[in-house]
Amino acid sequence: MKKIQIFGLVIIAIAIGIIVTTAGDASTYVDFNKAQQMADSGDNESIHVVGTLKKDAAGNILEMVYQPEIDPNFFSFTLVDNNNVARKVVYKSTKPQDFDKSEQVVIIGRMQQDAFVADKILMKCPSKYEEGKLETTEHTAQKS
Amino acid sequence: MIHHTIGNAGHLLVIIAFVTAILATYAYFKTTQASTSLQDLETLNSWKRFARTTFFVHMAAVFGVVFSLYWIIGNHYFEYHYAWKNSSLSLPTGYTISSFWQDQEGSFLLWIFWNVILGFILIFTNRSWEAPVMTIFALVQAFLTSMILGVVIPGIDLKIGSTPFLLLKEVMPDMPVWKMDPNFIPKDGNGLNPLLQNYWMVIHPPTLFLGFASTIIPFSFAMAGLWLKKTHEWIRPALPWSLLSAMILGVGILMGAYWAYETLNFGSYWNWDPVENTSFVPWLILVAAVHTMIIARRNATALKTSFILTIATFVLVLYSTFMTRSGILGNASVHSFTDLGLSGQLLIYLLTFLVVSIGLLIYRWKMLPSDEEEVSTYSQEFWIFIGATLLCLSGFQILATTSIPVYNKIAEAFGTVLNLALPADQVAHYNKFQLWFFSLIIILTGIGQFFWWKRVGKDKLQALYNPLLLALVISAAIITFEGVKDIRYIAILTASVFAIVANGSILLDILKGNYNLSGGAITHVGVALMLIGIMFSSAYEQVVSINNSGLMISRSEEFTQNDNKENKENITLWLNKPERMGEYMLTWKDVRIEPRHIPSYISKSWVDLIEGDYRAVALRDIVVDDKQYYAKGDTLEIAPENFYYEVEYREPSGRVFNLFPRVQINPRMGGIVSSPDIQRKVDKDLYTYVSMVTNPTAEPVWSQTENFTVNLRDTFFVNDYVAVLDQVVRTDDVEGMQLAEGDAAVKAIIRILDNEQEFVITPSFVIRDRMVARKPEVNKELGLRLQFQEINPQTGQFTFSVNTTQKDFIVLKAIEKPLINILWLGTLVLVIGFILATIRRFRDFIKMRDREAKADKRKPGKSKTSVVA
Repeated sequence: MKKIQIFGLVIIAIAIGIIVTTAGDASTYVDFNKAQQMADSGDNESIHVVGTLKKDAAGNILEMVYQPEIDPNFFSFTLVDNNNVARKVVYKSTKPQDFDKSEQVVIIGRMQQDAFVADKILMKCPSKYEEGKLETTEHTAQKS
Repeated sequence: MIHHTIGNAGHLLVIIAFVTAILATYAYFKTTQASTSLQDLETLNSWKRFARTTFFVHMAAVFGVVFSLYWIIGNHYFEYHYAWKNSSLSLPTGYTISSFWQDQEGSFLLWIFWNVILGFILIFTNRSWEAPVMTIFALVQAFLTSMILGVVIPGIDLKIGSTPFLLLKEVMPDMPVWKMDPNFIPKDGNGLNPLLQNYWMVIHPPTLFLGFASTIIPFSFAMAGLWLKKTHEWIRPALPWSLLSAMILGVGILMGAYWAYETLNFGSYWNWDPVENTSFVPWLILVAAVHTMIIARRNATALKTSFILTIATFVLVLYSTFMTRSGILGNASVHSFTDLGLSGQLLIYLLTFLVVSIGLLIYRWKMLPSDEEEVSTYSQEFWIFIGATLLCLSGFQILATTSIPVYNKIAEAFGTVLNLALPADQVAHYNKFQLWFFSLIIILTGIGQFFWWKRVGKDKLQALYNPLLLALVISAAIITFEGVKDIRYIAILTASVFAIVANGSILLDILKGNYNLSGGAITHVGVALMLIGIMFSSAYEQVVSINNSGLMISRSEEFTQNDNKENKENITLWLNKPERMGEYMLTWKDVRIEPRHIPSYISKSWVDLIEGDYRAVALRDIVVDDKQYYAKGDTLEIAPENFYYEVEYREPSGRVFNLFPRVQINPRMGGIVSSPDIQRKVDKDLYTYVSMVTNPTAEPVWSQTENFTVNLRDTFFVNDYVAVLDQVVRTDDVEGMQLAEGDAAVKAIIRILDNEQEFVITPSFVIRDRMVARKPEVNKELGLRLQFQEINPQTGQFTFSVNTTQKDFIVLKAIEKPLINILWLGTLVLVIGFILATIRRFRDFIKMRDREAKADKRKPGKSKTSVVA
């Protein structure tokens, strides 16, 4: 076998390795029921859940807790996923600043007991200047 | 009055630019054909003249378009959607330029603009290559100008491009105002996103787009080489441009990174955001291409690879454009453009060049030379080739992950639902590969240089021993001294140190001879320094603001696990209340604003902000550094979105410094955006930002009034504080009131005791013409408002009314980033290296070109055509 062929094979092997690992690392979009099932079966993988905030008829956000004067690193709210399943979400960092205005929230994390512990929150806020178009912002609970 | 003329002119010029680009493509194509088929000189020259003329007309039209758009923005013609959306009257002039490329159309225009400049330079620096290269150039221009064409083909209702010259009325025809006044012109525009009002945002986009634009040059030369069967000759004129392009694109990316570090609050310069990634991948491939081009003259495999990589760079730039502008990223990115309905057009653009270039390459593949014998493992070519391959693998890995949203879309097109999301922990995901790739790449830079300059061969490997030994000793010292324990960090550190030593020793040798040749070694040292800086500043970053105030009220078990260690990285600071953080004593002292014509921030309490305006009224004389800028009552211009939180840091040594992290009220970004302030030290940066504030523009919400009737020296409780009425005295000085004769004024002196501090509040009580005026006093630290309500002469008692509110606080996070300056130093070294390399290769090209010209003159009979061509 020529050197160049061996070389080519090695490259192909690495490329396949990259693709396989990427597929393994890629997260998925799921709903809360699936997230619960995954947690129950001991699957600790980080997942994405898309949903909206729980609001009353007047548009006020319900069940949202953030008390920076007591603990600036604890924020919780209730998210309703696309199948109308509501779950408590806990985000162990500061409340994202534009959170109240967000129309759609993507949480990344996993279910732990009854609550979803989010490591990262992505928000889609209605942009004032672009009707019907949403802008995304991103927040991460950083770990030391 | 609506200024129709300028918009119509702009639109017309876009169409002219589009048409002339197509004409120029055809004309240059014909010129190329004429020169290869050796037709008579007459035909060739006439085609060439025509091609040049159309390109110059195209150029003039592009300048006209740029001028028209700038005229509209600069003169505040808010009847135009682009000006209305992206600029405003109050925008400082410097940033008016940035509003030009704030939106998609403008940024395409910027790209088009750079392309004509580059095309112009190429026409006058190349002789034989002009026609084929410019054919590709003009074709690209045709595609780019079509993006801003804004023409709807009647009948099939097909929209081609999106023009920046639309009137507001045309973009938003449903606004009710048009019914009342069809000639309505907004008084002011929306302004530039305040986040982008930063000097880096004035130079970062043009640099980045120049980087993108310049990748077309090596691509065009490669295409021309294939077309004219000059499979080797294209390298020499293309190489200096590849180097220049790599430098500019690299600098553009780094400027963006630096802007993000200074302005955004994710605490870093790199976020693995798809937009960042898709500009970084072409750069990696371009750098790989530069390396294979250098050895292409000696090695046929490298030549073939140079073709592939040069084409790949350009196609990846197009792919990047497609990703960021088609809306395909959707959820995945923070800063992609919104979809303008151009996705189809962008896809056609991408696929055209993909198919044409790969098609041409395959068509000519058989003609490319092959190596007669195997390349030796001990040859320089072998090592450089391995390095280039690793760069490509690194790029491939980033691309494979970044394209996840694209896989979803492709699956959707085939009717399946993939639901794939980007990895939850992107940093870990990318590092897992990139750290090892770059450790190997940086080692290869050292080895490659030794093989290249020292002619290290099979029996001369010992030349490498000395640098290796030296590198190991230095790394061991750093590892011990800095306490690096993780094997991954030890690996990249040792690799980088080896690269510095190896390239450094080569550099010393070269400098003895000809410094012109030192570009490569210097660039490599720069990259190695950057890697060391990146490793330390991110792997050893340390959160300083660990919350240890004891306020943490444990809720349920899940949050108290790990000894509450997790996620306590933000601390709450109350106004004027010192708090310990790490080795520092922190006090939040004030909120400040940014006046436009004073070189420092001033206290917000000095002025009254005018709502919805960019001006404020001075409440007192504004004196900064003994210079009076404004008198009380003057109006001053400020940056209305920006508030700076003055935080005092007291070091154990007693040294005090202030940081001013910024909070921006920015409706475009959904509300409040905070930016850090950075204390820069030689060995580390202290990076501080506020993650939460009470809205600085909101009025406080006061509780219900509570009345206290007390005697002198009585103690009472307000808002859980102990208060003592010390005295009531006569006063002649009541703030905000001119006391006249016959007026009587008294003020109460009330002491309020907090844990560590004592405050004195002095509400006053004024009698004027038998009318009572009560001047309340507000204390922000305590969240209290006291009003002197009543004096009862009979009982000698005094009544005060008290309201309370939420005390002002900020939530702050502070991070230390060690050795980040090595990263910036490395960047500088990298740029210097690239410049030297570019100059050297450009000189090579000029020499060759002039030699060819001379040779042609000496043999006039043989090939007359190439003299003129």
